[in-house]
Amino acid sequence: MAQMNMLQAINQALSSEMEADKKMMVFGEDVGHFGGVFRATSGLQEKFGRERCFNTPLTEQGIAGFANGLASNGMTAVAEIQFADYIFPAIDQIVNESAKFRYRSGNEFNVGGLTFRTPYGGGIAGGHYHSQSPEAYFTQTPGLKVVVPRNPEQAKGLLIASIRDKNPVIFFEPKRLYRASVGEVPEGDHVIELGKAEVIKQGTDITLLGWGAQMEILENAAEMAAKKGISCEIIDLRTLSPWDVDTVAASVKKTGRLLINHEAPLTGGFAGEIAATIQEECFLYLESPIARVCGLDTPYPLIHEKEYMPDALKTFEAIKASVKF
Amino acid sequence: MSNATTNAETVHRVSFLDKDSLAIPILKILQADGTAYEEAVLPVIDEALAAKIHDTCVFTRVLDERMLGAQRQGRISFYMTCTGEEASIIGSTAALDDGDVILAQYREHAAIRYRGFTTEQFMNQMFSNEKDFGKGRQMPIHYGSEALNYQTISSPLATQIPQATGVAYSLKMQGKRNVAICYFGEGAASEGDFHAGLNMAAVLNSPVIFFCRNNGYAISTPTDEQFKGNGIASRGVGYGMHTIRVDGNDMLAVLAATQQARAYALDNNAPVLIEAMTYRLGAHSSSDDPSGYRSKDEEAKWQQHDPVKRFKLWMINKGWMNEQRDADLYVKYREEVLSELKVAEKIPTPHIDNIIEDVYDTPTPILKKQLADLKNHVKKYPESYPKSAGRV
Ligand SMILES: Cc1ncc(C[n+]2csc(CCOP(=O)(O)OP(=O)(O)O)c2C)c(N)n1
Repeated sequence: MAQMNMLQAINQALSSEMEADKKMMVFGEDVGHFGGVFRATSGLQEKFGRERCFNTPLTEQGIAGFANGLASNGMTAVAEIQFADYIFPAIDQIVNESAKFRYRSGNEFNVGGLTFRTPYGGGIAGGHYHSQSPEAYFTQTPGLKVVVPRNPEQAKGLLIASIRDKNPVIFFEPKRLYRASVGEVPEGDHVIELGKAEVIKQGTDITLLGWGAQMEILENAAEMAAKKGISCEIIDLRTLSPWDVDTVAASVKKTGRLLINHEAPLTGGFAGEIAATIQEECFLYLESPIARVCGLDTPYPLIHEKEYMPDALKTFEAIKASVKF
Repeated sequence: MSNATTNAETVHRVSFLDKDSLAIPILKILQADGTAYEEAVLPVIDEALAAKIHDTCVFTRVLDERMLGAQRQGRISFYMTCTGEEASIIGSTAALDDGDVILAQYREHAAIRYRGFTTEQFMNQMFSNEKDFGKGRQMPIHYGSEALNYQTISSPLATQIPQATGVAYSLKMQGKRNVAICYFGEGAASEGDFHAGLNMAAVLNSPVIFFCRNNGYAISTPTDEQFKGNGIASRGVGYGMHTIRVDGNDMLAVLAATQQARAYALDNNAPVLIEAMTYRLGAHSSSDDPSGYRSKDEEAKWQQHDPVKRFKLWMINKGWMNEQRDADLYVKYREEVLSELKVAEKIPTPHIDNIIEDVYDTPTPILKKQLADLKNHVKKYPESYPKSAGRV
């Protein structure tokens, strides 16, 4: 085990996978010598050469299409989109192509060896073009896997699993934790299976569900609730697509209550999908309506970032309301 | 065949073109010492226009220096300079009519200043206070002003390029003798929107000036990792448009080219591409450190091509400027920027109600409910939301 921050964990995952897989390449805007605007890829070009770790021209559409081409012809492609806010120019290549390569060709071709890494989320005074959480757009697309780690250890294990997964994966990195989150990370091969949620705290009164940077918020809210005698179970979904219905349903059957928290706007967010499914799975066990604590239905504001955020206080209030219902 | 290839000559041996077949010359009017090249044809310029250009240069230098300092002191969260690129930006804006619509990338604050954006308005935007036209919603430097025909900056790169084509087409359809001008970097020219925007402008006969600031870098990526062709200008030719390449550090060359581009665009209802060869002297933004990807020597070399100094020398040669007046102007703007900064940072942030405004023309029922819930929450925990507490 070694102490490191999330960027170092991601860098280590990329480095060890490039070491093990000679067909793997890492590319995107400024990722070469500079190591990416957040330095997640630093040192990789020096270690593996300019043909395997390189800058691309400034075109997300091009990056995604190029990545599809590489992966469809047997390579392992790890493409960085500099900010998740800028994944939209690539959406046709990702949604219509990456996601459907296997299906539309009857598995003659696929882009299994493709991973998009991209920093997402707010809390960094970035305004609406450096703060969005666009995960729900991709969970709506069959054929893609969507993964979000919550800390350095998870980032390493889930990124390695994403790179090795035989399907295109979008790996959203919570940028406000890049340097802020520091922890023990296992050395060597550390793989966390995709599609599995993790119960990170046992509890009896209500299940709190989230992913990525919001996990910290749920933990803080659970601490506040504990002082009021409320016992929260906390689950990190980790993979949004395909998501682990069984683990969540088992927890809700135990606690009788569910609260889902995400930064993206409420309407059309992934919480709605979870709520609908859990309501089907657990109808007779529910003691209160499923609560959603999410971003407002507005673009991500700059000056009112604090007000916009589904923070611990709002979560705490929703926990109390749910338990009192 | 209705195709332009009909007037192509026929050959009988394989022969390829390469990028040097499209080697495009660079227009230069001013020499380093501020005198014009002998054979150069000067733009239309008088003392008043020169003074306004110079004034904008000095203001911009001062603003960049002061606000970068303010960012380092933690007073604003972010800043971007246009240091080194003043001639590209100001020389081109100075060739326009106030009714021409500007669609900028983000490094063109000198252009909105030239149009009359006040120091106070700059500060209000950067401090996200309640007087900011953008209502505190975007990061510093995302200016916009309807009155000045300067569309508000959007961070996603190149999106303004096809939009400019549409703006120009609408100006034409409205019968206005105006053009749109669209600024972008050589990095942004790699985006799909660039190709879509140029092609549509050429085919649909939009009177738009595409103005590329080729400043050598897109964050850390140098031009040789961005494109392999003969600059950005060769693409204008490829799309069938009037194209020129200028020394982007030469105020008079940029002015001359843009004046003629504007006249051509209006007279022919056609787009023009201008590629200004310049250099980003500063960091990409206040979050960037260029020492990780380029040498001090390289920067020092470009310092010697300072566009502001070169133009000042030309004015001095004309007897339109002297060192003392120039120095006084710096002093005046340093004081003005500092005092406006102090005022702006004390103005309250926008009211919390603003959080749901302008998402749609009127807030939807869901938004109204979300605001009501939010206000109740803020009332309950005022100490956690200091920007809105006490004003809910
Ligand atoms: C679609 C999109 N992708 C990535 C970014 C992040 N980004 C901001 S500025 C920049 C470099 C732009 O370079 P260039 O167009 O050459 O302009 P310059 O900064 O040199 O003036 C990048 C990659 C963005 N804003 N939008």
